[in-house]
Amino acid sequence: MRIKVDLSTLGQTKWHDYAVRFLFGGLITALAGIIAKKFGPGIGGLFLAFPAIFPASATLIEKHEKQKKESLGLKGEARGRSAASINAAGSSMGSIGLFTFGLVVWQFLPRDGAWIVLGGATVLWLGVSVAVWQIRKAL
Amino acid sequence: MSQILARFIIGGAIVSAFAIIGDVLKPKSFAGLFGAAPSVALATLAMTIMSDGPSYAAIEGRSMMVGGVAFFIYASLVSRIMMRYKFRAILVTLCLIPVWLGVAGGVYYFFWIR
Repeated sequence: MRIKVDLSTLGQTKWHDYAVRFLFGGLITALAGIIAKKFGPGIGGLFLAFPAIFPASATLIEKHEKQKKESLGLKGEARGRSAASINAAGSSMGSIGLFTFGLVVWQFLPRDGAWIVLGGATVLWLGVSVAVWQIRKAL
Repeated sequence: MSQILARFIIGGAIVSAFAIIGDVLKPKSFAGLFGAAPSVALATLAMTIMSDGPSYAAIEGRSMMVGGVAFFIYASLVSRIMMRYKFRAILVTLCLIPVWLGVAGGVYYFFWIR
């Protein structure tokens, strides 16, 4: 299956959908900082992998797919659920990359350049996630 | 207070950016990878490095691995339940948040505290 960029989906997203994701993203980032200050970096660090906008994104995907199907005069509920499920399966593969990101930060941040480590960890997150996705597709 | 506000704005912006990338990508399973992007981590770690130093931020990275394991279980369960049962996405994703909290807290306790 080929990877494609479809910019038309941006037009389907309402401004309040963007606002909700900004709000939840901002809130969980601020909360992670507050928790780390109050309970220490061990507990605070857990929230760096919190599914902050996952509910909002899954709901949005379900809504878009349902609307798309219904615009063709068909029932879209099952399609919406299926799309949200497939997206969640992708996120579970991405979480393996997220684990790798944490591992790189933990191992290299104390002794190497901070910005290089963060950049490298991000590249590795993407690389590992894409590799897991490709392996899963090939099976 | 200003640091919390800065975290909120930077976090909101980075999370939104990754979410938009996920929105425009196809197929859906590939776009889903961006649902597990290290967006909150990038915003938090960048600010923590500046305020508390890299060694402190590295401890957060170690705990993030545990959070990643919890995310894997959470997202896998969401996917299974959405595929098998006729529940709405908002209901499934919100009701399973305690699973993330339980797994993250449990694994953290057994591996790093005990």
